[in-house]
Amino acid sequence: MMATQLVMEQRKRIHPSKFLLWVAIGSIVMMFAGLTSAYIVKRSQPNWTSFEMPLLFWYSTAAIMVSSVTMQLAERAFKQRERQKYKMLLLLTLVLGLLFVVLQWMGFKAIWQSGVTFSGAGAGQFLYIIAGLHAVHVIGGVIALVIMSVKAISTVKRNYNMVPVEVMATYWHFVDLLWLYLFVFFMLLT
Amino acid sequence: MSHEASLHREVVTTHEVHHDEHHGHHHQETFITKYVFSQDHKMIAKQFLITGIIWAIIGGLFSVLFRLQLGYPDQSFPILEDILGSKWAAGGKIQPEFYYALVTMHGTVLVFFVLTAGLSGTFANLLIPLQVGARDMASPLMNMLSYWFFFIASIVMIASLFVQTGPASGGWTAYPPLSALGDASEGSKTGMDLWLVAMALFVVSQLLAGLNYISTILNLRTKGMAMTRLPLTIWALFFTAVLGVLSFPVLFSGFILLLFDRHAGTSFYLSDIFLASTQKALPNEGGSAILYQHLFWFLGHPEVYIILLPAMGMVSEILTTNARKPIFGYMAMVGSMFAIAILAFLVWAHHMFVTGMNPFLGSVFVLLTLLIAVPSAIKVFNWLTTLWRGNLRFTPGMLFAIGFVSFFISGGLTGIFVGNSTIDIHLHDTMFVIAHFHIVMGVASFFGMFAGVYHWFPKMYGRYMNNTLAYIHFWITLIGAYLIFWPMHYEGLAGMPRRYLDVSGWVSFNQFSGLNRFISIVSIIVFAVQLLFVFNFFYSIFKGRRVRTQNPWGSNTLEWTTPINPGHGNWEGEIPEVHRWAYDYGKDGRDFIPQTEPVGKNESSH
Repeated sequence: MMATQLVMEQRKRIHPSKFLLWVAIGSIVMMFAGLTSAYIVKRSQPNWTSFEMPLLFWYSTAAIMVSSVTMQLAERAFKQRERQKYKMLLLLTLVLGLLFVVLQWMGFKAIWQSGVTFSGAGAGQFLYIIAGLHAVHVIGGVIALVIMSVKAISTVKRNYNMVPVEVMATYWHFVDLLWLYLFVFFMLLT
Repeated sequence: MSHEASLHREVVTTHEVHHDEHHGHHHQETFITKYVFSQDHKMIAKQFLITGIIWAIIGGLFSVLFRLQLGYPDQSFPILEDILGSKWAAGGKIQPEFYYALVTMHGTVLVFFVLTAGLSGTFANLLIPLQVGARDMASPLMNMLSYWFFFIASIVMIASLFVQTGPASGGWTAYPPLSALGDASEGSKTGMDLWLVAMALFVVSQLLAGLNYISTILNLRTKGMAMTRLPLTIWALFFTAVLGVLSFPVLFSGFILLLFDRHAGTSFYLSDIFLASTQKALPNEGGSAILYQHLFWFLGHPEVYIILLPAMGMVSEILTTNARKPIFGYMAMVGSMFAIAILAFLVWAHHMFVTGMNPFLGSVFVLLTLLIAVPSAIKVFNWLTTLWRGNLRFTPGMLFAIGFVSFFISGGLTGIFVGNSTIDIHLHDTMFVIAHFHIVMGVASFFGMFAGVYHWFPKMYGRYMNNTLAYIHFWITLIGAYLIFWPMHYEGLAGMPRRYLDVSGWVSFNQFSGLNRFISIVSIIVFAVQLLFVFNFFYSIFKGRRVRTQNPWGSNTLEWTTPINPGHGNWEGEIPEVHRWAYDYGKDGRDFIPQTEPVGKNESSH
């Protein structure tokens, strides 16, 4: 009983917004767990077809991984009060995030043109939906980055609250890791 | 490191200050911010409750209509044609398409809109901040959005009732291929799309709500409110929120795939089946309808506990308050709810025993399903021992709480029947299943909800509900619910199928025609008595007897330390500090000791 109390006392020190994000991440993970397990179940059904992983997805993977690094550096710059560096890195992350979404879209088009469409059955249909939903989550992050950049650039109000930056960074790393998981998943289980 | 820690503390302080500011401003509210777009958790709770009541009347009315058909399959009711038009009730007889729409919408409305949003939406919002000692939820804005997403979902679902081809009619579970093919039935056209949109909005509402409940309980407890001092209501609502947050996204995935099958030509659930209405085979290949069932029931089973757990928590609280005795086995109660929450995720395939599942896999699910009997039995034992030799005060809330225990036992026992895959071969899709889940999940949760409404009405509106009407409501509902659902067990054991429009074609079920009429008559009476409750509820809001004391039930929990009509921010001064658990009733010669009272020097520990 004492031990649980202690654990709970410590947990209280997490900021509510960060905690909210972690629970939301758990929820998003369940959604993708549902989809990827549907993929596994479906793979054993007849008429399953797979697709060729386009080179573009390697580029997009690189883009989102680099953006994770820039986000991390942005967070560090913010903590060290280097505002100029922070602004630059935040904008860089934003651009890389957009680049990721564009590359994903081009990747989808390449796969679609290779003949993998919504007709028939197979891995491609899942890819469009799963990676598409992931891209929606990245776009959500990009919108948040735009808002943060505007706030960082505007000179009206100086903000030294670290919580939004930390929440943003956690979410951004999460969508990065989520894509890595999905990418490896689709490569291993075609 | 120390730098970081100090910054962190700074942030936390600002948070507290923010709350106090908020509290100070509450008198500046306009009508719109106070009653419509309110961010006060108590007002949002009332919004959920009243929306839930409206939905319950609609959903209940649907059941009265299809009970008319089941009880009197060969009679016609011309008035139905006047009201519903010649498409749905031609010649005063409920048409098959309409009948299926009625049962589908009855299920959807009652399970999701009433017993999920109406029940946990109401009481999680009302009780979490009040009982953990917080000024409001972790994010009042998200809380408001949660209600309005629910509201939009409600509007879309209501709209689906009025489209020309009718609302969804493929059953509340919306199994493909019926739900995936517009050509399969009238209800699979626009009605099904609106159903999916409404449900997607509903999922968003539940996620926003659940995130908030969890972080409020874990982060915003007042000083001294250790997790082990939380009232059981809060524990129950906590597990409910965890279940919702982890299972609703999976349902969402299932719905997305279904939408693509409906409109983009994908083959997740559809295969090359032959469609009678178009005389053609589908172009799809390799889809699996069972896949949808897995995704659906992965939510669907936890959903049962999302409905039941809040009722369990409130019943624990109401029983102990009105028995003037500490709850028996507090930690066992928490532990059994935890066990139920874990097992909820491991039993979904018991809804699919007859889908051609591997029998060995089935036996694993049988074992896990029957394991739920253990925590359930612990809870029942603890409720009964809490009542044992208590100074029982039979308030309406208490009666409904005892009624809950009664229904939970009756319905739980038949769960042992249907949880066995071998017996389920005979019982699946019969009236036995209807009887089982209506008693254990439907009626029991409704009783928990009524108990909660009667018990916390003084806190919500500063007035009491009328006791005489409440007692009439209780006794007729208790007896009526048993009279409706008990006979269905016999019909089910005899093999009478559920969802059928008319079973009079079977000679073997003709013996039940009198019984079916009886069930239908009792349903109408019980439905009428629920309207009496609705009248009592709304009448008492404006004309009920005023609450004169801060703590009318002599209760220990924090909500009774607030003013009789608390404003936004709940406590006028500081939030009270908590020194003990919530269940010091009849201790050391005292009737009750509130949680805010420090532990005395000579006091025995619990």
